[in-house]
Amino acid sequence: MIRVVLPAHLRLLARVDGEVTLDLPGPVTQRSILDALEARYPVLRGAIRDHATQQRRAFVRFFACAEDRSHDPPDAPLPDAVATGAEPFLVVGAMAGGC
Amino acid sequence: MSGVRALVGTKKGAFVLTSDGRRERWDISGPHFAGWEIYHLKGSPADPNRLFASQTSGWFGQQIQRSNDGGRTWEPVGNKFVYDGVPGTHQWYDGTPRPWEFKRVWHLEPSLKDPDAVYAGVEDASLFLSTDGGQTWRELAGLREHGSGPRWQPGAGGMCLHTILLDPGDPGRIFIAISAAGAFRTDDAGKTWKPINRGLRSEQIPDPAAEVGHCVHRIAMHRSRPGVLFMQKHWDVMRSDDAGENWHEVSGNLPTDFGFVIDVHAQQPETIYVVPIKSDSEHFPPDGKLRVYRSRTGGNEWEALTKGLPQRDCYVNVLRDAMAVDALDPCGVYFGTTGGQVYASADAGDTWAPIVRDLPGVLSVEVQTLP
Repeated sequence: MIRVVLPAHLRLLARVDGEVTLDLPGPVTQRSILDALEARYPVLRGAIRDHATQQRRAFVRFFACAEDRSHDPPDAPLPDAVATGAEPFLVVGAMAGGC
Repeated sequence: MSGVRALVGTKKGAFVLTSDGRRERWDISGPHFAGWEIYHLKGSPADPNRLFASQTSGWFGQQIQRSNDGGRTWEPVGNKFVYDGVPGTHQWYDGTPRPWEFKRVWHLEPSLKDPDAVYAGVEDASLFLSTDGGQTWRELAGLREHGSGPRWQPGAGGMCLHTILLDPGDPGRIFIAISAAGAFRTDDAGKTWKPINRGLRSEQIPDPAAEVGHCVHRIAMHRSRPGVLFMQKHWDVMRSDDAGENWHEVSGNLPTDFGFVIDVHAQQPETIYVVPIKSDSEHFPPDGKLRVYRSRTGGNEWEALTKGLPQRDCYVNVLRDAMAVDALDPCGVYFGTTGGQVYASADAGDTWAPIVRDLPGVLSVEVQTLP
């Protein structure tokens, strides 16, 4: 079971409280987590990754196990602690992007 | 008794202001979508309780929200704005080619007759249409693919399609405006487009009378005379009497002809309103006096409307989508400022009062007249 923590604006959009939990059949990567997340909450499509390019939006960050994973390849395996649910995968609004 | 609903988009959320036909006391609801930029909200003329809102954020991109109950509740609908085919390039600020890239929706224009149909004007400039209530969007690519597209360039606010006017007498005719490409018209419901900028002069571009490249800030029409258009350009207030084929300047005695908004009185098609702004670098009213100017002659002869508006130390701006009129008699006129005030006049501009003073910076104002 994967635990995902969304920022407040995206929790509001997806109408969820607290963490989201996902069951992933295959490798646990940024891409597989985000694919599963968007499949369950279609309103999040385009809010984390660009619709056309599927690239991470510039002012969204991905953290796991106290490390910034934003610049990792999307298919790179995430730490075992994320795969086992011991640690959450965090989607974070960067300290920029608004005014 | 009839009523009025003002839809206000701000830098940090949407607000819905309602009043009865006297327009003296207002109820204010909001912020809706707190923390998001709401570039524009507009109601469907075919179903006034159906509203569309453009919700955008530097972090999380674009959402489109829809209400079916006049703004009490909202639901997100489709936000996938993908250019048709290979989008090509436009000019960047430094003159180099730059690929079209979707950034946000500036303006939503619901169909005059179909509550499920709505147009979206976007940055980078293009026009999208939804015919299923905003769930899915397709680009009317003929505009972006106009041969002049590679020469379009962004204005200071981005390369945005900000004005969409639907001709009430001809469903195939649409006028749009882009900063900084100019005005365009289609007569076949968006398949093909022609630039309609003859008569515009912009000293800030190499050929001041070029076919495209003008920074049009806003166009307005009266529904009874869709061939007569009024334009607030970067500099100059302009008028066309032939559906944009030719323009002539009607700035007349305005203290400055720079500005963003322009609108037309609901019952008097020759009565128009602008808010002069000092200059392209000084985005505030001249002399610190917030004045709406009204012409009852379709331009050239303007009178300052000041009663109830601050006449000293006022340095706000009024952005291009932030003026609207209602359809009551006498006509109500409304505008919002970057300082967060929404001013209203229930007597066609003779006197003004703030509905609300301390909202986030106002990006857009639309008004619905309710039965």
